[in-house]
Amino acid sequence: MMRPGDIAIVGAAESPEIGTVPNVSSTGLALDGAVNALEDAGLTAKDIDGITTGYFPVADISRQLGIFPKWCDNTVVGGCSWMFQLRNAAAAISAGYCSTVLITYGESGRSTRHLTNTGDFGAKGGLGQQFDLLYGAGRPAAMFCLPVVRYMRDFGLTEEQLASVPVAQRKWAARNPRASRREPLTVDDVLASPMIAWPMRRDMCCLVSDAGGAIVVTSADRAKDFPKPPVYLLGSGGGLEAGLASPAGGRDPLWPEFIRTSGRAAFEAAGITHADVDHLMIYDAFAHNPIFGLEGLGFVGRGEAGAFIAEGNTEPGGSLPMNTSGGGMSYAHTGAYGMLCMLESIRQVRGEAAAQVDGVDIAVAHGWGGFWSACSTLVFGKDRP
Amino acid sequence: MAHPLVPVPTPETQPYWDGVAAGELRLPRCRACATAYFPPTPVCPHCTSRDIEWFTASGDATLYSYVIHQRPSKLWNVDGPMSVALVALAEGPMVLSTVVGCEQTPEALVLDMPLRASFIPFESVSVLAFEPAPDRAGVAR
Ligand SMILES: [Zn+2]
Repeated sequence: MMRPGDIAIVGAAESPEIGTVPNVSSTGLALDGAVNALEDAGLTAKDIDGITTGYFPVADISRQLGIFPKWCDNTVVGGCSWMFQLRNAAAAISAGYCSTVLITYGESGRSTRHLTNTGDFGAKGGLGQQFDLLYGAGRPAAMFCLPVVRYMRDFGLTEEQLASVPVAQRKWAARNPRASRREPLTVDDVLASPMIAWPMRRDMCCLVSDAGGAIVVTSADRAKDFPKPPVYLLGSGGGLEAGLASPAGGRDPLWPEFIRTSGRAAFEAAGITHADVDHLMIYDAFAHNPIFGLEGLGFVGRGEAGAFIAEGNTEPGGSLPMNTSGGGMSYAHTGAYGMLCMLESIRQVRGEAAAQVDGVDIAVAHGWGGFWSACSTLVFGKDRP
Repeated sequence: MAHPLVPVPTPETQPYWDGVAAGELRLPRCRACATAYFPPTPVCPHCTSRDIEWFTASGDATLYSYVIHQRPSKLWNVDGPMSVALVALAEGPMVLSTVVGCEQTPEALVLDMPLRASFIPFESVSVLAFEPAPDRAGVAR
């Protein structure tokens, strides 16, 4: 049985450049992230005996890095796949299948997406291809945001509160030189930005970026042998819900059970309560994602998250610093943001983030995949319990 | 070759698409637990039975939630914004679709409004859509 802190992250890095990176493919970004993470850990490819990736075959990446692993994982459940892969890697290391795992990610969402990524449309004859994608034409704003209008009616969420989500995150981005959008943003600015899919306006939608990143994971018993302070994995959770591209396959689109399942598992494994959490990342492809995440994870009650964010609680100086890189709406969002989401948690626990929060001992990262198809919750800690 | 967004039936979903071609909404229903479900698959998602029958649904539905997409795919041949909607069928299942036959505005698209199934062209095939059914206004969900 894995205990909190048995597994540690000992290497973590992004590709040298993120945002707009022309002339580097998705696999190229993944390799850049991998080499940077190995350097960050003071390791070489020879030290790695387990590897994971998603959106391209894992053997393609291991071969290009000269890694010949005895364990691998190619789990793809959408944007949070790499968070699932970390959980799987922790289990594999605990089981003794391997000792040191490299989790690699790259996506040229902006510049060269047509080159090495797997296709954007579902396989011919798949349920998503037959019944979902034609209506939204594969456009995330037309799929992921479907529950928002009903949530607004049932819980009184206003357009101004929805607009306050990117506004709060922009205040963090202003402190982060690597964020793509750092200029000041007001609620009025957001509400004046072009309509994409009512009620979602452009500034309530994520960026479209290029980025790569990777982390190196090993047993906590070895974790003090590396150049950077270890970040311990205290707990993790995950769940699947709709299984289709749309929320139509889910049980309750306004109150998806899988968020609570995932969050409970992670918090119970870590032995923490909400009051213990110093820093939070909630994958923000769209402005409503952090609202659903805050409520589903139990940080606030149902219907309370919009006001919680609008009142400044997640901004610099607030009680619950959230999405401190700037998030998918201001920092970078490639298509699958899960790796970038957890890398910011890791930087905050290490104390090396651009917009560093004071005293981050425990950080939680929560990601989504395939719109409402999958989610993952991770709890990171500075100390081994 | 057809555009990748044009639905491609499988043997399991063919009865649904045959229904659409005939202007009917046909759904699978589990004989073991009497639950109608969507999308059509060979196993009941409620009880895992493979004892499935097809029936023609009423087409009655209500609007659960939606967005109004400002730039729908050219394949729809519509001028301007288009709703993408979660629609609750009278028989229980939720489907993803679009509401046609009314202004594509928040004022015209009222949550829980009664709808009825209709079928509209999407490139080379017909697909499920819904239109307002004001004659059913006041009917409880
Ligand atoms: Zn059944």
